[in-house]
Amino acid sequence: MSADATRRVRLLYFAWVREKIGLATEDVDLPPDVATVEALVAWLKQRGEGYDEAFARPQVVRAALDKVHVKPSAAIGAAREIAFFPPVTGG
Amino acid sequence: MSVRVQTEDFDLSAETEKLIGGRRDVGAIVTFTGKVRGDDDGREVSTLTLEHYPEMTEAEMARIEQEAMQRWPLQAVLMLHRVGELKAGDNIVLVIAASAHRQAAFEAASFLMDYLKTRAPFWKKETGADGSSTWVEARAEDDDAADRWR
Repeated sequence: MSADATRRVRLLYFAWVREKIGLATEDVDLPPDVATVEALVAWLKQRGEGYDEAFARPQVVRAALDKVHVKPSAAIGAAREIAFFPPVTGG
Repeated sequence: MSVRVQTEDFDLSAETEKLIGGRRDVGAIVTFTGKVRGDDDGREVSTLTLEHYPEMTEAEMARIEQEAMQRWPLQAVLMLHRVGELKAGDNIVLVIAASAHRQAAFEAASFLMDYLKTRAPFWKKETGADGSSTWVEARAEDDDAADRWR
């Protein structure tokens, strides 16, 4: 795979992030310049109103790469599955 | 060690027996049961719907158990969390920590709940008596409680 190729990943959304976006999951082709979680959020925000609303306060939305919590600055690397969700409220 | 996510209710005595029954090295068992309150800050709650991130939930709970095992000399641990639609008075979560002595069991149970509340990917949606529903917001006090174990 060349350095400028897109890469397909699966995105998952939970709770009110899912409701605002209107999808539980989708497969997207990541542009080569989207290398971190925060860059992905910025890219998603301009895909539509629901995305923009879901990430209106991007610092509130949490992320996981391949089912492990990560910070917004985390590199997406070779992750296949990227999840976005509100702060957790179990227990 | 075990973690479980299920829609069915649980029985504290049966779970404790299954986890520890017959063992002679356990001197202290601390259990915590979390339940659905009928009101949340004055708002009447008729149902609570628990959503989670399958697979990550179990993986995260297992990581939390692993960390507890490294910090305290525990003989057995169980973390069990329900998902789906629950009513006021229903059980939500069960944590059991067993050790040779009480201090480790008390501390570990507290740690397991603090970390579960701030790290395990579950989300609660409350439906009030009037039929309107809202997502429960995370509480800063829960983050503070988890931070004291750092």
